[in-house]
Amino acid sequence: MIEMQDVWKQYPNGARALNGVSVHITKGEFVYVVGPSGAGKSTFIKLMYREERPTKGHIFVNGFNIDRLKDRKVPLLRRSIGVVFQDFKLLPRLTAYENVAFALEVIGTSKRQIKRRVADALNWVGLSDKADMLPSQLSGGEQQRVAVARALVNNPAVIIADEPTGNLDPETSWDVMKLFQRINDRGTTIVMATHNKDIVNTMRKRVIAIEGGQIVRDEQKGMYGYED
Amino acid sequence: MKISMLGRHIREGCKNLLRNSWMSIASVGAVAITLLILGVTLVIALNAQQLSNYMAGQLQVNAFLKQNVTKQQALALDAEIKALPGVQEAIYVPKDQGFKELQQSLGKEYQEVLQGFSKNNPIPDKIVVKAKDPKQTLGIAAEIRQMDGVDKVDDGKQVVDKLFRFLDMVRNIGVVFVVGLVVMAMFLISNTIKITIFSRRREIEIMKLVGATDWFIRWPFLTEGIIIGVVGALVPFALIVYGYHSAFVRMGGTFLAVAFPLIPTGALAQKLALVMFGLGIFIGIWGGIMSVRRFLRV
Ligand SMILES: Nc1ncnc2c1ncn2[C@@H]1O[C@H](COP(=O)(O)OP(=O)(O)OP(=O)(O)O)[C@@H](O)[C@H]1O
Ligand SMILES: [Mg+2]
Repeated sequence: MIEMQDVWKQYPNGARALNGVSVHITKGEFVYVVGPSGAGKSTFIKLMYREERPTKGHIFVNGFNIDRLKDRKVPLLRRSIGVVFQDFKLLPRLTAYENVAFALEVIGTSKRQIKRRVADALNWVGLSDKADMLPSQLSGGEQQRVAVARALVNNPAVIIADEPTGNLDPETSWDVMKLFQRINDRGTTIVMATHNKDIVNTMRKRVIAIEGGQIVRDEQKGMYGYED
Repeated sequence: MKISMLGRHIREGCKNLLRNSWMSIASVGAVAITLLILGVTLVIALNAQQLSNYMAGQLQVNAFLKQNVTKQQALALDAEIKALPGVQEAIYVPKDQGFKELQQSLGKEYQEVLQGFSKNNPIPDKIVVKAKDPKQTLGIAAEIRQMDGVDKVDDGKQVVDKLFRFLDMVRNIGVVFVVGLVVMAMFLISNTIKITIFSRRREIEIMKLVGATDWFIRWPFLTEGIIIGVVGALVPFALIVYGYHSAFVRMGGTFLAVAFPLIPTGALAQKLALVMFGLGIFIGIWGGIMSVRRFLRV
């Protein structure tokens, strides 16, 4: 499902973000990526959806050979991946419904399909009754649920999340985490970079710890392992 | 691109335009001014071409005979010229007739001056020659120049040369102007679109994240550019065609001073439309592509 072989990433300004990372994630896994600030977690995540390209090494995601992928094929890769971010990345002028529909519109889905699938996705994250609200009228947790609905609406095989609970209070964070658990229960692979010690230590999953651009720990049902 | 998407791209392009209306107006204005100048230059150039064709058709050789040439000799010369290949007609104009023609063309003010000359008519006999094909005029003139009894040959070359030189100058100035303005218009359009792109950065970022193709992202900005180009062409096109038509009607289809036929409005409008809308759309698309290009390559 996701495979990295001796992956290196050096940014144009010279920063070495990843130094020889190899990892294998199988279908249906739920993986936390932890580590101190600046360790390379976001870089690790960005390589998977081809936001960044590796300087060296091989990456395979959903059958796409990422380090060789032509620019014009990147949209196909992206359609097989759902992404969720700390800052939600919702369009402020669009309602919850329109934000989710946007993901389908831009890949040319028919109107009727959009209607049905957006309604399903919003129902799934429990926001059917807030479909017509703007992001500014929703709480942080609700906004993140809209973002999750948008990531889901395409039925991706993998969902990648970079600190999805980073802007949420503990209680709301748990609501969102339960959502991810349910997504994972459907068989969707989840890779999540996080600084949330409580969650990692309570909802026990595979933990990959990165420090200085290298994987220093990889445990099933691991612990967070840092004090912050 | 799917046809069903076209509506969306046009809608988005319009939205972009309305969102930063001031820059849009500036861009449309730049295109309009560029194309207005281009259009006017074109109108002049096309009519000038018409004029030069017309002049070429009117070209004639005036062969002036020496004062001592008798009437018989003159008629013999006339026959000789008629026999030259490519000559359509050769008309012998004796000095008396030439004098009358001069009198008529000069008008009343000079009659007294001319009276003084009438006893001793200074005007030579001449033979007016017309070629079948205007291009042969100069060759025929050269042959006539060799003939005995011919004093001077005026082939009209100087006048035509002067006219052509003037027309060339007008055209060159027009070209320089238009090239400069086209560059400026493209720059303005691409800036307008850059502002749109900037204000829609987030939208584009999300589009890319959820798997929109580059062309899907590009299209609204291209339609924005195309709309600017088309509107920018429409305004000066309408102005020029309307203005030209009014002038055409008032002048009765001819240019007063020279009495040469102007191009009819319909034929002119067709050519203008092709060039102006073509260039307008080209400028728009170019501006659009330039502004999106760097942004998409993240
Ligand atoms: N676009 C970039 N250009 C240059 N250097 C970068 C870029 N992005 C990240 N870096 C550098 O790469 C290293 C890893 O950054 P990364 O964002 O992957 O860390 P992180 O583990 O996600 O940190 P955090 O927990 O703070 O989000 C850092 O040293 C960072 O400064
Ligand atoms: Mg990060």
